[in-house]
Amino acid sequence: MASPGAFAEAGADLELVGIHKRFPGFTAIESLDLTIPAGSFFALLGPSGCGKTTTLRLVAGLEQPTSGRILIGGKDVTDVKPFRRPVNTVFQSYALFPHMTVLENVAFGLKRRRIPNAIARAHEALQLVELDHLAQRKPAQLSGGQQQRVALARAVVNRPALLLLDEPLGALDLKLRRQMQLELKAIQSEVGLTFLHVTHDQEEAMTMADTVAVMNKGEIEQMGSPEDLYELPRTAFVANFLGQSNLFTGDVMSDTGDVIVVEVAGVKVAVPKGRAQRHTGTITIGVRPEKLVLHESAPEPQAGINALGPGRVTDVSFSGVSTQYTVAVPGLGEIVVFAQNMAFGPVAQVGAEVWVAWQVEHGFGLIDEPPGEDRFIDDTSTGSLAQQTRRELLDELGEG
Amino acid sequence: MAFAAFGGGGAAAVAEPAPLKKSWIAIGLLAPGLAYLALFFLAPLVSLLLTSLQIAPEGAGKGEYIQAFNWANYVVAIESYWPHILRSFTYAIIATLAALVIGYPVAYFIGVTARKWPMIQALTLTLVIAPFFISFLLRTLAWKQILGENNWIAQSLHGLGWLPADQTIVGTPFSVVFGLTYNFLPFMVLPIYASLERLDRRYLEAGSDLYAPPATTFWKVTLPLSLPGVVSGTLLTFIPAAGDYINASQIYLGSPQTAMVGNVIDRTFLESQQYPIAAALSALLMGIVLVIVAIYVRRAGTEELL
Repeated sequence: MASPGAFAEAGADLELVGIHKRFPGFTAIESLDLTIPAGSFFALLGPSGCGKTTTLRLVAGLEQPTSGRILIGGKDVTDVKPFRRPVNTVFQSYALFPHMTVLENVAFGLKRRRIPNAIARAHEALQLVELDHLAQRKPAQLSGGQQQRVALARAVVNRPALLLLDEPLGALDLKLRRQMQLELKAIQSEVGLTFLHVTHDQEEAMTMADTVAVMNKGEIEQMGSPEDLYELPRTAFVANFLGQSNLFTGDVMSDTGDVIVVEVAGVKVAVPKGRAQRHTGTITIGVRPEKLVLHESAPEPQAGINALGPGRVTDVSFSGVSTQYTVAVPGLGEIVVFAQNMAFGPVAQVGAEVWVAWQVEHGFGLIDEPPGEDRFIDDTSTGSLAQQTRRELLDELGEG
Repeated sequence: MAFAAFGGGGAAAVAEPAPLKKSWIAIGLLAPGLAYLALFFLAPLVSLLLTSLQIAPEGAGKGEYIQAFNWANYVVAIESYWPHILRSFTYAIIATLAALVIGYPVAYFIGVTARKWPMIQALTLTLVIAPFFISFLLRTLAWKQILGENNWIAQSLHGLGWLPADQTIVGTPFSVVFGLTYNFLPFMVLPIYASLERLDRRYLEAGSDLYAPPATTFWKVTLPLSLPGVVSGTLLTFIPAAGDYINASQIYLGSPQTAMVGNVIDRTFLESQQYPIAAALSALLMGIVLVIVAIYVRRAGTEELL
């Protein structure tokens, strides 16, 4: 734990051990074990109400876990008051003190810890977020994006061992957002701080973080590098929350050692065994839309290539770099295909008969949890039922 | 919420829209209010100031005066009654501070702590307002009884030797300040409550996150953000307390030694019928209150308020 009056020399490990958090009427975090190594940029990604903000508040000390321990740099801080934790938060609502100037806001934490040259350091932090010229303004006189940068400066200036970011870039426009993403990464690698970043923006999580944990319904569904999560999702939730996926369910027909063959609507589809979580029974397999290739005629059967079809193109939407085709295949539903615009104009028109094909090594098999989720039924109060219904609705929306 | 009206001073500085075209409807709607102010405020004020300059002609009877510009009335008023004027403001300032010290925690409890329990919030708010349902005079008389010599409070203090046998509670500066504090406490609590009720708890969390212990967060964040309520509350307590003549009167909690300027005005006007002196004292009281309030609001307003 950093002693008051000193900056953290480096980031610290964060360890969450068996965290369980119940609020009256619902459970926010079922069971959470998480280790974030010092100096890493860790993103907690999930839809609204998945428990990610609660996790952050637990680490900041603004909530107490119902059970479990929180360790920062190996020290148990579960019972340590928030103002004694070597942690700073960039709040989603900014929470800038309205009666203080921007400079006073940024210098607040430094002054509380009696760090020398607080004002000079605050100016430096404001220069970092390019707002030093507005140092004497009140927060109400700034735009939403500027307030967010002040909130960032106010937290970063303290050089905490652990910086918590609660959707910190939500109010910024795309250009500034990119800039701040790079800035944040630069600060993080320069100082070696540990960043815990909570977001529902999968793109932000993937571009910024070394490690991403996808959270759903109070538990971590999958954790890994952005590439791993994207290329090899383990669950349908991850497959659909992180980008889009085409998912098919079928029975495993044969197992050749290297690949397993799944019968999907009468067609045999091969999936590498190493990329499938389960190898027997009914499983769900998937492939990312950009891995699919459209064919105007039935492709020749070929080793190492899966093909489905024929289907009809029901929608074509052009988005500059690529074109998104929606293909309805009888018995399979809709398949989404992203095609690079290598030629002028769409490859296929709406109504055209097409086949889709992909390389076997691009497929993946999900662990496919049975849908009967009884994790939250321990509490049958109206509040918990309402909460559960709300979650389900949010899930539906999140997947759209 | 009606109480929000008390929080006035610090409301967000929203730019006023440009004035609308001159319209007879607006003038018509304003007319009753303006007429009321002219008739019941401006006219009596002019009358008061004129009275304060009157002089008794040669051989006039009691209470007979003619209009003049006798500024000497003010000199006489100050020379004769400066201790009362000073006492008024001393008592009013002490009572205001006491009401602030007692009222702020009450307001904080109702506005912040009790947010989780709306029932308790409503109940405590009602308890603050409830005394208004009983006459101000009756309540003050009740305190005279409670603090009186026949009651257990005075008797226990005598018994413990903390209060000398020849001393009473009633009739002392303490009982007068006590009465003022008690009677004006709700005017302190309600505006502060209105300010604190809007306080965003997330600012307190941010303070805590930025290494400020709860006490520091209170001084640096909570108190400055509730300052509009504190200013309204202190003004609503101080102004009527300075002019009060009930608590300090002998019939209630005071004695001749605790007479405030209000009691002097009461006596010179109704008993000795020295109308010019009473009017001069009233004008002085008003003038001093205005100056104090102006300085206070300006200091609090420009530096601390939002």
